[in-house]
Amino acid sequence: MSDIAIRAGDDTRRLVQVKRRQDLIFGVVGILVLFVVMGLLMTLVADLLIDGLGRISPEFLTSFPSRRAAAAGVLSAWVGTTLVMLVTAAIAIPLGVGAGLYLEEYASKNLLSDIIEVNVSNLAGVPSIIYGLLALGFFVYALDMGQTILVGGLVLSLLILPIVIVATREAVRAIPSGLRESAYGIGANRWQVMWSYILPSARPGILTGAIVGLSRAIGETAPIITIGALTYIAFLPPAPVTSTPPWINFEWLNSPFTVMPIQMFNWTSRPQAEFHVNAAATGVLLLCMTLMMNGFAIYLRYRLRRTVRT
Amino acid sequence: MTPETQISEYQALRNSAFLRRGRILAGIMQAALFSCAALSVLITGAIIWVLVTESLPFFQQVPFWDFLTDTEWTPVFTEAHYGILPLLTATFWAAGIAMAVATPLGLILSVYLSEFAKPSVREALKPILEMLAAVPTVVFGYFALLFLTPLAKQFIPGLSGFNLLVPGFVMGMMILPYVVSISEDAMRAVPMSLREGAFAIGMSRVQMAFQVVIPGAFSGVTAAYLLGFSRAVGETMVVAIAAGQNPNLTGDPREGAATITAYIVQMSLGDLPHGSLAYSTIFAAGLVLFVITLFFNLTGFFLRRKFREAY
Repeated sequence: MSDIAIRAGDDTRRLVQVKRRQDLIFGVVGILVLFVVMGLLMTLVADLLIDGLGRISPEFLTSFPSRRAAAAGVLSAWVGTTLVMLVTAAIAIPLGVGAGLYLEEYASKNLLSDIIEVNVSNLAGVPSIIYGLLALGFFVYALDMGQTILVGGLVLSLLILPIVIVATREAVRAIPSGLRESAYGIGANRWQVMWSYILPSARPGILTGAIVGLSRAIGETAPIITIGALTYIAFLPPAPVTSTPPWINFEWLNSPFTVMPIQMFNWTSRPQAEFHVNAAATGVLLLCMTLMMNGFAIYLRYRLRRTVRT
Repeated sequence: MTPETQISEYQALRNSAFLRRGRILAGIMQAALFSCAALSVLITGAIIWVLVTESLPFFQQVPFWDFLTDTEWTPVFTEAHYGILPLLTATFWAAGIAMAVATPLGLILSVYLSEFAKPSVREALKPILEMLAAVPTVVFGYFALLFLTPLAKQFIPGLSGFNLLVPGFVMGMMILPYVVSISEDAMRAVPMSLREGAFAIGMSRVQMAFQVVIPGAFSGVTAAYLLGFSRAVGETMVVAIAAGQNPNLTGDPREGAATITAYIVQMSLGDLPHGSLAYSTIFAAGLVLFVITLFFNLTGFFLRRKFREAY
């Protein structure tokens, strides 16, 4: 009797050991995969830095593209990127926040809101180049707007709209309903509740989504190539601020442009190695921008989570 | 105060200019917010409208059967062929290789993050994946063409300077964060009681993950891979830079071949007169791409939703 019990105990112990080992092996494999992924990211960053860091100088930032690799710079590209991002932010953030707020706070559960929901989720998965074709057929030719900064900003804002919508919905959903109810309780109407209570509480979450969306837009190349943005731009768009009244000038919206990722693509696809150095330097700048924006978004979310918890 | 005066006072207050203004503003804003949401439907409508109307001249000139079965795609040659097959096979080769990389790695990573890692470890690791997702695609293209391809040439005999293998691998790494984040969400939504039951009958953590959690989250995990595949199919810059721009019906991923997206980029870079047949070819190619991704996106969406309803 006791003999059997002892043997059973041994078996159990062996079984437990086997299973512990399985878990240990899988844990090690998991960490290994993580290291591989991280290693790849590090290699990419290191490769770009080694190739391009030496090329980054004040001259590189203040020169126009050129036939000679050593004299070429990214002035028109970074100015273009900045202006296009201004347009993108000005369009995508209000539209995305509005749509997210409607879907989360106003829409009743019916066929229409169902259609909008499926639609937003599909839009998030539409390849970016399709947005480029939309812009080429619709904005550039059907509306005859040409290949301008305005069209570039428009197409990128459509592209990141789903990101802003989803971020807004998540931020709004996380607000405790007690806040809503007490605001209605003191007699605020729906819009007052939205404007004075819901939006301010959702602001950090919305901001995070907007930054992630804009950082995606900065790196997008395909839709801008499709609308036919030029790669060789040796002039700057008219300045948005002028010295004479009315001081603000919107002519830059109708100016042709190039952006950083296009400049990088152009230099990468040339056969000469000197241009690859320029491409790497542009890549370093681009990577700095997107990683910094994402780092900021991650920090914001981290702080947000801490304040919510306490 | 009689009830009558109370009611009339209430009505006077209700009709006061201040409150009326508030109501009007609320009504206007509701309409404005609704139009923001409805705009997203208009965007889809506009995409379909543009793709169909702009590719119409193409389909009027090229028989649909030729488009599907011709094995050559040479729209700008004097002897033009308009068979989508070479572009389609290259697209599926690259996306398939991406999936072959992302599926095992994604499964291991999402199981590790959802079942093995402590919450503090998970919170520290997720930003790394997000950083990977934040790298611009054109930077990945540079990396694939000028770093990984020369490196891979030393190990893989017969690899061309432009090939489908390396961009496929890089795309796999690119969709990895996306796939992991969706499938990890699905796995974490599996109720704790199922895990406790699995432990109670003596399963190890690995057994529990693969025999209880993954089957339980099956539709959610499948959705993650479908959405990932759709992304790989539509990914543009990596293949445009590193897979070459030569339409090539090939069964060998060591060769270069233009994908649908790479073809659109290549044509857009040149001079493309509005209304020419070459112009409408990029919309025809785009239409095919849109239909493929739409199918995978919708399947993924409904699988995810079904999964959410299940728990």
